[in-house]
Amino acid sequence: MNAWILALVQTTLLLLLAPLLSGWVKWVKCKLQSRRGPVPWQPYRDLAKLMRKEMVLAEHASPIFRATPYIVLSVTALASSVVPAFAIGLPTAAIADVIVMVGFFALARFFLSLAGMDIGTAFGGMGASREVTISSLAEPAMLLSIFTLSMTFDSTNLDSMVHFTLTQPFHIYPSFIFSGLSLLLIATAECGRIPIDNPATHLELTMMHEALILEYSGRHLALLELASMLKMLIFGVLITNLFVPWGIALAPGVASLAIGTLSMLVKLMLIGVVLAVSESVLAKMRLFRAPEFLSLAFVLSLLGMLSHVILEVH
Amino acid sequence: MDIVVFTLAEQLILTLAALMLFTSFLLLAQTRLLTLIHIFALQGGLLCVTTLVIAFTYGRHHLLISAALTLGLKVFFIPILLQRLVARLDIKREVEVVGNPTLIMLGAAALVLFSYYAVLPIRELSMLATRNTIAISLAIILLGMLLIISRRKAVVQVVGFMCMENGLLFAAVAATQGMPMVVEMGVALDVLVAAILFGIFFFQIRTEFGSLDVDKLNRLKEVD
Repeated sequence: MNAWILALVQTTLLLLLAPLLSGWVKWVKCKLQSRRGPVPWQPYRDLAKLMRKEMVLAEHASPIFRATPYIVLSVTALASSVVPAFAIGLPTAAIADVIVMVGFFALARFFLSLAGMDIGTAFGGMGASREVTISSLAEPAMLLSIFTLSMTFDSTNLDSMVHFTLTQPFHIYPSFIFSGLSLLLIATAECGRIPIDNPATHLELTMMHEALILEYSGRHLALLELASMLKMLIFGVLITNLFVPWGIALAPGVASLAIGTLSMLVKLMLIGVVLAVSESVLAKMRLFRAPEFLSLAFVLSLLGMLSHVILEVH
Repeated sequence: MDIVVFTLAEQLILTLAALMLFTSFLLLAQTRLLTLIHIFALQGGLLCVTTLVIAFTYGRHHLLISAALTLGLKVFFIPILLQRLVARLDIKREVEVVGNPTLIMLGAAALVLFSYYAVLPIRELSMLATRNTIAISLAIILLGMLLIISRRKAVVQVVGFMCMENGLLFAAVAATQGMPMVVEMGVALDVLVAAILFGIFFFQIRTEFGSLDVDKLNRLKEVD
């Protein structure tokens, strides 16, 4: 019973932290570019404002269009409950393994693309087609790098993966370097960050994720924005905890949980800085270069698998 | 035998081997000449670090000389020489890739798999912890060859040749803990002379054919 409460706390905490991470990234980016920038908690204000605003619905919007924000947010929240954030051994981790988590994201994307096309504007369809193109390339690479990890861990469950690294003595696994790099590239593509997509742009020719949700307003928009922030947070937590799991609470207890939460916050801050630096250094790619970027991710995960087979076994 | 039975230094060597393989893939994917030369210098640097780690781990102190030679030649001398050549020949533009880049990448992955299966019987004979790196070094040699046959520009082909040499040296260092000093000195001298000769040849080819595209060497001059 206690563990279930903890799991509930974790999901709520991740949901509440998500806007802060995206505000933090924006703030660091502004500092790097010598701009003053909005305060890190600005996204909360934006979301609160959007919640209060009146919704404008297209005349011919079908129920899918209206249901999509709720589906997307709840599926993403479900995915966030699977990821070990500050403690392992939570009962929610047994619900789904990492393959199902990729499936959750695919489900959210499916409904988002349907909603984009549902309204019948050109941008929605264009955004949907781009989003699906990118994800059809990113998903195999992501699964391949996860399979590489699970060959070492003998499990696809995130909880037991993290548990394995924490309980074993320290080893250098060559395949982890490649899987980690590949997952970083895939995360930038999946979360629609530079160099694949620019979250700040509203230029019609280049936008992807923004084109999909162009017709949404008010509460619906707030929910979708929160879902995409949460997705970024999930990827941040996933990558840091898979490769640098130290600090996570192994057993329940106030002290270890506090250490776990603190270490999670520090790791998220660091990965936010990394993201902000890479976004300041890189320029957005042309859409037709995106397959090259993702094929690099695929080759990296393939190399990870090869180096596991060649170097780590026998 | 799993990776967990190795010591941390041996795991580090295996990781460096994987990184060297990765730089070979980067060389194949890179189309800009100057970046290509920088990646080649990086590969030389990784080779140097590997040599140092092996020298200290197994107490093979003659490998320190080999590491110094690698550092001097592969990390500084040859890259700087190539960079100067590129600047003087005024060919900083992009180099073209023959064929489909994705296909070349998949071919490269297939070559890695092939070299893994090719060295399986050799691996059974060795008792060293680092014997798994034989497959990686064979793969680096084959990838260097792939770089030579997939590009037309002479400078890239020279980088491919040097990359093959890196693979050979890596095999010698990681799989057998170094060759006799005389052989190593000879190889280093060979590479040095080859680099200088290649530089002279570049100018010859350019003055004769007006380009460094090696496809033009096939054509008879009288016919044009």
